[in-house]
Amino acid sequence: MTSSPTLSPDPAADQATSPPRRFDPLAFARKHRTILFLLLLIAVFGAVNERFLTIRNALNILSEVSIYGIIAVGMTYVILIGGIDVAVGSLLAFASLAAAYVVTTVVGPSPVSWLIALGISTLVGLAGGYVHGKAVTWLHVPAFIVTLGGMTVWRGATLILNDGGPISGFDAAYRWWGTGDILFVPVPIAVFVLVAALGHVVLRYTRYGRQVYAVGGNAEAARLSGVNVDFIVTSVYAVIGALAGLSGFLLSARLGSAEAVAGTGYELRVIASVVIGGASLTGGSGGVGGTLLGALLIGVLSNGLVIMHVSSYFQQVVIGLIIVAAVAFDHYARTHKA
Amino acid sequence: MTLLDVSQVSKSFPGVRALDRVRLEVGRGEVHALLGENGAGKSTLIKILSAAHVADEGVVTFDGQPLDPRDAPLRRQQLGIATIYQEFNLFPELSVAENMYLGREPKRLGLIDWRRLRADAAALLGELGLPLDPDAPVSRLTVAEQQMVEIAKAMTLNARLIIMDEPTAALSSREVDRLHAIIADLKARGVSVIYVSHRLAEVKAMCDRYTVMRDGRYVASGDVADVEIDDMVRLMVGRSVEFFRRARSGPPGPVVLKVETVTPKRPRLAAPGYLKDICLEVRAGEIVGLAGLVGAGRTDLARLIFGADAIASGSIRLDDKPLKLRSPRDAIRAGVMMVPEDRKQQGCFLDHSIRRNLSLPSLKPLSRLGQWIDERAERDLVETYRLKLRVKMASQETPIGKLSGGNQQKVLLGRSMALAPRVLIVDEPTRGIDIGAKAEVHQVLSDLAAQGVAILVISSELAEVMAVSDRIVVFREGVVVADLDGETATEEGLMAYMATGVGRASPPGMEHRPQ
Repeated sequence: MTSSPTLSPDPAADQATSPPRRFDPLAFARKHRTILFLLLLIAVFGAVNERFLTIRNALNILSEVSIYGIIAVGMTYVILIGGIDVAVGSLLAFASLAAAYVVTTVVGPSPVSWLIALGISTLVGLAGGYVHGKAVTWLHVPAFIVTLGGMTVWRGATLILNDGGPISGFDAAYRWWGTGDILFVPVPIAVFVLVAALGHVVLRYTRYGRQVYAVGGNAEAARLSGVNVDFIVTSVYAVIGALAGLSGFLLSARLGSAEAVAGTGYELRVIASVVIGGASLTGGSGGVGGTLLGALLIGVLSNGLVIMHVSSYFQQVVIGLIIVAAVAFDHYARTHKA
Repeated sequence: MTLLDVSQVSKSFPGVRALDRVRLEVGRGEVHALLGENGAGKSTLIKILSAAHVADEGVVTFDGQPLDPRDAPLRRQQLGIATIYQEFNLFPELSVAENMYLGREPKRLGLIDWRRLRADAAALLGELGLPLDPDAPVSRLTVAEQQMVEIAKAMTLNARLIIMDEPTAALSSREVDRLHAIIADLKARGVSVIYVSHRLAEVKAMCDRYTVMRDGRYVASGDVADVEIDDMVRLMVGRSVEFFRRARSGPPGPVVLKVETVTPKRPRLAAPGYLKDICLEVRAGEIVGLAGLVGAGRTDLARLIFGADAIASGSIRLDDKPLKLRSPRDAIRAGVMMVPEDRKQQGCFLDHSIRRNLSLPSLKPLSRLGQWIDERAERDLVETYRLKLRVKMASQETPIGKLSGGNQQKVLLGRSMALAPRVLIVDEPTRGIDIGAKAEVHQVLSDLAAQGVAILVISSELAEVMAVSDRIVVFREGVVVADLDGETATEEGLMAYMATGVGRASPPGMEHRPQ
C-alpha cells in the first residue's frame, strides 16, 4: 500500500492515516473471527478425540472440502455480483452423469476416457450455467428463481438420463482423479488448490475481477463506467457451472460411480462457505480467501461431528444454525462499526 | 383570518444555514404560492411544517395554537396539516380506499370492515368530485390520479392546510386544469393550500397570495393580483453568493458533438412533444449549459447522448461521424463520458477504494493483455488526478464513501478525465457540495474546455449555469425554448424562459401564456 501524504485536515480522510492504534483484542477477534472459530473447533475436536488430529484425517477432511470448495470458488464470484446459484448440486449431478454416460456407453474403453469425461462434464456445466446467466440477464428473472428452477430441472434431467441409476465401471486413469495423489497430495485437493489460486488471482489482479466487484458494488454505476454488466453476470454463472461440472467429475472418480443423487445439498454448503467467509450477500465485498476458510470450517465441523458420533441428521441442524449465525453476526458487525 | 403563521424560523444543517429567520402567513381558505429558486429553502420549510425536520428556532402557530416543534409527522396530520410531496407516499399494491384510510380502517369485531371502508371511500371521493374507483390498485392509476388519492387521503384526516410540492411538474395541461378545479373546490370548503411551483403562469392564474424565498431567507409577500410574472421572477433571482464568470479561452473550435433530430425510444414523460426531434451542437472548447427546471428533459437527453438510454430516431454525431450507441460502453469508446447526476446511486462504488473508483473505466490501457492490471501504473494515474484536482484524501485505499461530497465529485471527474474524452457531460456538477469545492469544480471544467474538450453542463442552479457556460440552452417540458449567449444572458431572462417558455424581452403588457 502506498500512503500518499495528507495535504489537508479533512476529518473523514484523517481516520485512515492516524498512526496504527494500540492492539485492540476485540477488533482483532472481530476481524479474524472465522479463522479463530476454525482453530477453536480444531482444538475442541482434537482434545475430545485423538483420531481427529491425524494427517490421515486432515487429508480426508481436505478431500471432502475440495469437492464442494471448487464450486465455492465460483460461488464467491456469483455472490460478489450480488447473485446466487442454488442449482449447483443438481448441475453437478447432471454434468457428471452425462459425462459418465458418454464415456461408458457411447465411447467405450479408451485410454483417454478420463479426458473425455473431464471435458464433457465441465462443458455441460458451463453450458448449464450459461443458460442460467442468460435467463438472468435477458429475461430479468431473479437469479434465485432461475437457479431454483434449474435445481429441479437438472436433477430431473439427471434421473431421466439413466432412469435414476448410477453409472460405474471407470478405468484406473479415470479413478486416479478421485483417489490418486500427486506427491502424497490427493488429486482433488491439488485441483482445488489450483482452482482457488486461479480464482484468487483473477479476482485480485485482473480487470475482469475488478469488474466483478464493480457490478456487485453498484450495477448502475458500473454500467455508466462502461462495464459490460450483462457479460459479467452471464460469465460468472457460466464459470460456476463449469466448476460444478469439474467437481462432479472428481466426485464420480472418487466414488467410482456417477450417481443421480450426487451433490444433493451442495448448494447449502457452498453458499455457507462463501457467507461464513465474510462475503456480503448484497454483493461487492468478499474474496476467495474468506471462502476457503468458510469451506474448511464446514468441513472440519462435519468431520468432527462424525468422529464424535453425532448423527448426520444433527449435522444438518448445526450447519444451518451456523449459517444464520454468521450472517447475523456479519450484519451486527456492519451496523455497529463505531 | 390567519390559519398558519410561521415566524423567525431558522434551520441549519452541517455547514449550511438552510433557513434564516423565515416567515410565512397563510389565511383560511387561501391558496398561497411559495416561490423561490432551487435551494431557496422551500423544501426545508415544508419539511418543518410536516415535522419531517425540527426547526432550530422560531415559532409556528396553526389555528391560533403554537405547534410543538417535536411533534411526530403523524401528529401534524391529525392536526390538519397534510403534505403532498412530489414523490407520493402511496402503497402501489393497495387499493385507492385502502390507501386513503391506511392505519385508520373502520373495524368490526377487530377486523377490517371492508364494506364500510369501500363505502366511506366512495362517499368521500364523490363529495370531492374525484373520478376514482375505490377498488382500483394505485399502481394502475396515472400520476394525476395518484395525486387525487393523496388529496382524498388528506381529506379523510379533515386537513385544513394541504401543502403541495410542485404538484403540476408531472401533469399534462388538461390534468393541470383538473387539479386547479379541485383546488378551487378545496378552497370553497375553507381548506388552505400552500402551492409550491415554478410555473408562474399557474401561480398567477390560481393563487391568492405569494411568498418569495431566496437563499434561505424571506424576501417578499403580497397579493398575486398586485404583481406581474416579471416581478415575481425579479424577486426570486439574485443571490448573495456569486460565482466568477469564466473567461472564454478563445473562439470555439469545430463542432464536435452534433445531436440531430433525436427522439428517445422510451420517453420518460408521455406528454406530446417531450424530447421530440431535439437538436444540439457543442464545439471543441465550448461549454454549453443546459438550463431548465427539474424534469425538463435535460438529463434524459444527456443519457441518450451517453448511450444509457436508446434513441428511436435521429442521429448523434461525433466529429461528423454518426455514433451507434447501444450502451455507455460504446459512448466511452467513442470518446463521450458522463458524470451522472446522482453521485451515490449512479457514480460511486461507496464501499470500494478511491483507487478502484477512479480507475475502473481506464483499466484496459493499464493492463497487460488487456486484463493483467499494472497496479503501479494505476496508482500513478490516481495520483495524477489527486494532484490535478486537489482531492483531499488520506490514501488511495480509503473507501470513497468516507470522502466529502466535493471530494467524491472530484474523484468522479478524475474518472472521466482519465479517459481523455472528446465530449464530457456533467450532470449537476456541484449539487450538495460546499461553495469552495464548487468553485474548484468550475475551474476544472474551464480548464478542460481550454484543452479543447466539448462540455455539456446540466445544472439547476442558475448562477452556476451562468458562471460556466459559453452558451446556454434552455429546456422547458422537453422542448428547447431558447439558445442564448452565455455572456449576455441574465438570471431573470433564464428564469422567465424556464418558467414560462417565453423570454422577458417580450413587450410589456403581453400575456405570458403557458404552453
